[in-house]
Amino acid sequence: MEETVEYVQATGLLSSVWLLVAIPLASAAVLLLLGRRADKWGHWLGVLAVGSAFVLGLSYFISLAGMENKSVELSLWDFIAVGRFQVDFGLLFDPLSGVFVLLITGVGSLIHLYAVGYMSHDEGRRKFFAYFNLFVAAMLLLVLGNNYVMLYFGWEGVGLASYLLISFWYTKPSAATAGKKAFLMNRVGDAGLAIGIFIMFATLGTTQYVDVFNGVSGLAAGTILVLGLLLLLGAAGKSGQFPLQAWLPDAMEGPTPVSALIHAATMVTAGVYLIARSNPIFSANHTLQTVVVSVGALTLLMGCIIGAAKDDIKRVLAWSTVSQIGYMFLGVGLGGAAYALAIVHLLAHGFFKANMFLGAGSVMHGMKDQVDIRRFGGLSKYMKITWLTFMMGWLAIIGMFPFSGFFSKEPIIVAAFEREGWTAWLFGMAALLGAGLTAFYMTRLFILTFHGPKRWTEDIEHPHESPAIMTIPLILLAIGSVGAGFLLSTSVPDWLEATGGLGAQEEPHEAVLSHGVLTALSLLLTVAGAGLAYLLFRNGTAKQEQPAGVVVTAARRNLYSDTVNEAIFEKPGIFLTRALVYLDNRGIDGAVNGLAAAVGGGSGRLRRLQTGFVRSYATSMLTGALLVVAAFLAIQLGWLA
Amino acid sequence: MTPDYYLVLAAILFTIGAVGVLVRRNAIVLFMCIELMLNAANLTLVAFSRITGTLDGQIMAFFVMVVAAAEVVIGLAIIMSIFRARRSASVDDSNLLKY
Amino acid sequence: MAGVNNFPFLSILTLGPLVGAAVVACIPKAKGNLAKIVALAVSLVMLVLSVFMWVAFQVGGDAQRFQFRESYPWIPGLGVNFTFAADGIALVMLMLIAVLVPLVILASWHDAEQSRRSVPVYFALLLSLEACMFGVFAAADVFLFYVFFEVMLVPMYFIIGSYGTAKRQYAAVKFFLYSLVGGLFMLAAVIGLWVVGGKTFDWVALTQIDIQTGTERWLFLGFFIAFAIKAPFFPFHTWLPDAGGAAPAGAAALLVGVLDKVGTFGILRYCLPLFPEASQWFAPWAIALALIGIIYAALLAVGQNDLKRLVSYTSIAHFGFIGIGIFAFTTQAGTGAVLYMLNHGLATGLLFLVVGMFVARRGSALVSDFGGAGKLVPVLAGVLFFAGLASLALPGTAPFVSEFLVLIGVFTVNKTVAVIATLGIILAAAYVLWMVQRTTQGTLNPALADIEPMRKDITLREKVVVAPLIALLIVLGFYPKPVTDVINPAVEATMQQDMGKQDPAPTGGGVTEASR
Repeated sequence: MEETVEYVQATGLLSSVWLLVAIPLASAAVLLLLGRRADKWGHWLGVLAVGSAFVLGLSYFISLAGMENKSVELSLWDFIAVGRFQVDFGLLFDPLSGVFVLLITGVGSLIHLYAVGYMSHDEGRRKFFAYFNLFVAAMLLLVLGNNYVMLYFGWEGVGLASYLLISFWYTKPSAATAGKKAFLMNRVGDAGLAIGIFIMFATLGTTQYVDVFNGVSGLAAGTILVLGLLLLLGAAGKSGQFPLQAWLPDAMEGPTPVSALIHAATMVTAGVYLIARSNPIFSANHTLQTVVVSVGALTLLMGCIIGAAKDDIKRVLAWSTVSQIGYMFLGVGLGGAAYALAIVHLLAHGFFKANMFLGAGSVMHGMKDQVDIRRFGGLSKYMKITWLTFMMGWLAIIGMFPFSGFFSKEPIIVAAFEREGWTAWLFGMAALLGAGLTAFYMTRLFILTFHGPKRWTEDIEHPHESPAIMTIPLILLAIGSVGAGFLLSTSVPDWLEATGGLGAQEEPHEAVLSHGVLTALSLLLTVAGAGLAYLLFRNGTAKQEQPAGVVVTAARRNLYSDTVNEAIFEKPGIFLTRALVYLDNRGIDGAVNGLAAAVGGGSGRLRRLQTGFVRSYATSMLTGALLVVAAFLAIQLGWLA
Repeated sequence: MTPDYYLVLAAILFTIGAVGVLVRRNAIVLFMCIELMLNAANLTLVAFSRITGTLDGQIMAFFVMVVAAAEVVIGLAIIMSIFRARRSASVDDSNLLKY
Repeated sequence: MAGVNNFPFLSILTLGPLVGAAVVACIPKAKGNLAKIVALAVSLVMLVLSVFMWVAFQVGGDAQRFQFRESYPWIPGLGVNFTFAADGIALVMLMLIAVLVPLVILASWHDAEQSRRSVPVYFALLLSLEACMFGVFAAADVFLFYVFFEVMLVPMYFIIGSYGTAKRQYAAVKFFLYSLVGGLFMLAAVIGLWVVGGKTFDWVALTQIDIQTGTERWLFLGFFIAFAIKAPFFPFHTWLPDAGGAAPAGAAALLVGVLDKVGTFGILRYCLPLFPEASQWFAPWAIALALIGIIYAALLAVGQNDLKRLVSYTSIAHFGFIGIGIFAFTTQAGTGAVLYMLNHGLATGLLFLVVGMFVARRGSALVSDFGGAGKLVPVLAGVLFFAGLASLALPGTAPFVSEFLVLIGVFTVNKTVAVIATLGIILAAAYVLWMVQRTTQGTLNPALADIEPMRKDITLREKVVVAPLIALLIVLGFYPKPVTDVINPAVEATMQQDMGKQDPAPTGGGVTEASR
């Protein structure tokens, strides 16, 4: 697979590809700078910015489709140019970034529209849209950059936007803390990514995608492994994968459109993008791929198990996101053709998860911001549109034929079985088991929310359906959840072939089980999981938390990941900080002040010599004079010689 | 007569003066002892002037005399005002200028 | 251009504020406003002059390393001259001073009124400080540099001691003594250098001489200790939190933003070119100190309860980055370090000024006295957050470029150091975000709502102060090239000509940059 990656310079329409980033960024700047003056119309500007980015993105996409070489570069200006380190502020529009652009701006537009309605009673709506636009700009920069520094630029930018939006209701301490947690855990990943970039520069002397991909085959295996692991750390941080998964569920403190756009559809999939983009690096080392697959498999199971025990509608969805991204990691880790499968699942997931999050928001909207599924029930009669659209999302995520999840997830399961040796069984079974568990907890969520007896709090009488501005995006996304899977799975893999470096194909091993058997198995498990959940929860559930066994308790506590973080990092960190403050004040500064005190005390003693008696001064003068005379004599008479 | 004797005399005078300053308390006596030391120094200067056959030492002695005169004027004035304020001419009584 | 290049920019920059200070000091105490306006006008004239100087500075091609050179005899017997000259590094610092001082004057508009001291004197001190800062960066004569290095303390001492907060006397004396002790070591080294260097203080002449290894090391140490105290590096840092905490916010911005840079600037301008072998010999030790500073000060910043002390500690961490950047001896790291000096001046200057605005409203700098302030002063809280982001080197703000350059440059020569330093960026996020959370987020501290000034969001004057800094931070975050182009030749000359160091080549892979 010694093919070289080549990019061509952008011409014609594509030379204005920078507008994709500039428009939302300008809109965000306007909204922030104008302040309250823009309160009345600010949200429409926000929607318009993303909408026009979508239209532009679509036209770029179409014009790219007609091109011979589908990797188009546009260098805007020299960003950093010091000695050998040359970084352009450059963009790359190729099939991979193209589909991301469409996902971000397309789903983004719908969610922006929805947010106009959802945030209509919030006095900070203008600010919300400013941050939202900022996010879109940063995310587009992330996927459009033509080198790793640009990627890092966007990477941290989306982290900032995510922080701002999670702690949007910053007067709530929990929201402020959740935002901080997200930023910090992301920074851990970012540090990994940064060191990865340093390695690229130190070994290859460049950070441009094209040069890195072409040069990576010449690197030592160990270097590639370390480099890949660091990139994986960055990806795990952004995508809420093990071991940096704990921030994502807490991120649900933000407004629901944020959860839908950032923490389900787009930003959290940036890790998948990074690995897919860097696949020449990951494909170059088999161990590396195994690690990625392991992380994906582990996280997908973790997400399922925890999701099944949660009672907060948004947190269930958040853990389901963690688990679905696990599938994507599994896909990109498998390499070869599975890269494309992961991207297909990513896109399909973008639709159905955004759909369900917005549906959850619609439910909360009607239920006075209640999030506890134990206090829902029987809502299907009151919120027909939300119910129907959510059902589409539910059927899609559990992978029911012919909804989109079936077409996107099932091939990943098959691909997992195509690995060599016993790992095929290990990862394949994990993926299969995950499918069953997904069906279980999502059905639980669906049934408890929309069916069964009403368990509402007393203050709710008539839950109302949301206004049209919120339901229309729901309907559109629901259509996507139904149809996207089939369309994407047939078109996207071919489309992505043209991406520089992605086309590298390995001959897949023979699957250990035949395709048909696997399909049947996964459908069977799905139905079983869903059926089990239906049987268990059709009559509702207790309104309060019930004591439970070891597994459920552990799952409720996020498998103790927060506890571990607290025990290993937070508490020792706080202790270390306090100890150091003490050391600095008492130790280092104490030494300095002690020296000062010693000098002060010493001079206090010495000044006692100043008695005020004239004759004692005379004595000391005489003594001094005699000493001088003695010294002179000693030298003159040669006593010292 | 060799000039050495003048030097010996000057040394004796200086010693008397120095011991006087150290052991006496009366400011006036102290003052006189200081004068004694100054004049011992003058005597030395003149003696050396004689030995070396130059006039430098004698000129120097005049300078010392002038300075001594000026010093006496100020010193006596200080002693007078201290005596007026404290009714005592003992140097041990006026030890306010200390730490 | 020759005509412009002969214009005595540097001596006018040094003398101008001094004359201004004399004028302002003569204004009677009652006419405080006049004094402020005159001071502002003088500093603005200096800013305009510096902009002209920036434009006149030639970059690229056969441009000279040192430009605007002027020399006037001072003490001919000792070979001391008033020699001024600026290379790219000094030019950037001069520009930083010229930008910061007017903003600080504007930000300190009402600071002096709270103390019972004279208002005109405060502004006269600020101007004389500006003169000294210009002088110290413009000097090209080692003795002249030493003189400015020491004289600079005097106005700062009075600013902290007379116009500071509660512990001002203690802080002022500590600041003065620390710097003076460092200066003493330097004086000894300066004299030593004069002796071994053939009785001249001319920088260019001194770079040419060959010094015995042992002597060179001692002389290096003399300079280095002075600069390490000034910068400050661990473990000489404890004066900075006290001084930064006690100084009025504007002066603190200058103290941390510019004054401390004399330390890192001095290392780059004096230690490295004058004592290249000793610099390399001591580099591991210096890097170790800087590295400890990064982690140690960041952890301490997390634990602070006083906003101004917190910002001071963050600066110590940042100086660690500059330190490793300088002692890595690569072009990227060196340029990054110089750029870092500029960016840190802007970012931390902004941070100090905003913190000052908060403190002026609340009447206290304790973090625990705030809480939920974002509800009352949203714009101000936003500016604080932005300053914090710049401080943690978020991409899109200028410090990102410098931090990235430093780290990547260090990584090419020493991976362990770079990786440990990268941990510092996680800690940076921790201290900034925790500070922001404790002051502006969460439930509103009820005591805060009762304080009348806390209900007044950012004023027009304050907007004028923060807007240029924010704009500069963003513009340089996206397009740092104009600055890096100025710094680059000077750093390359330092590393390659003076030090004889070449950047390490990429270690692996058959493909090099030739394919681009």
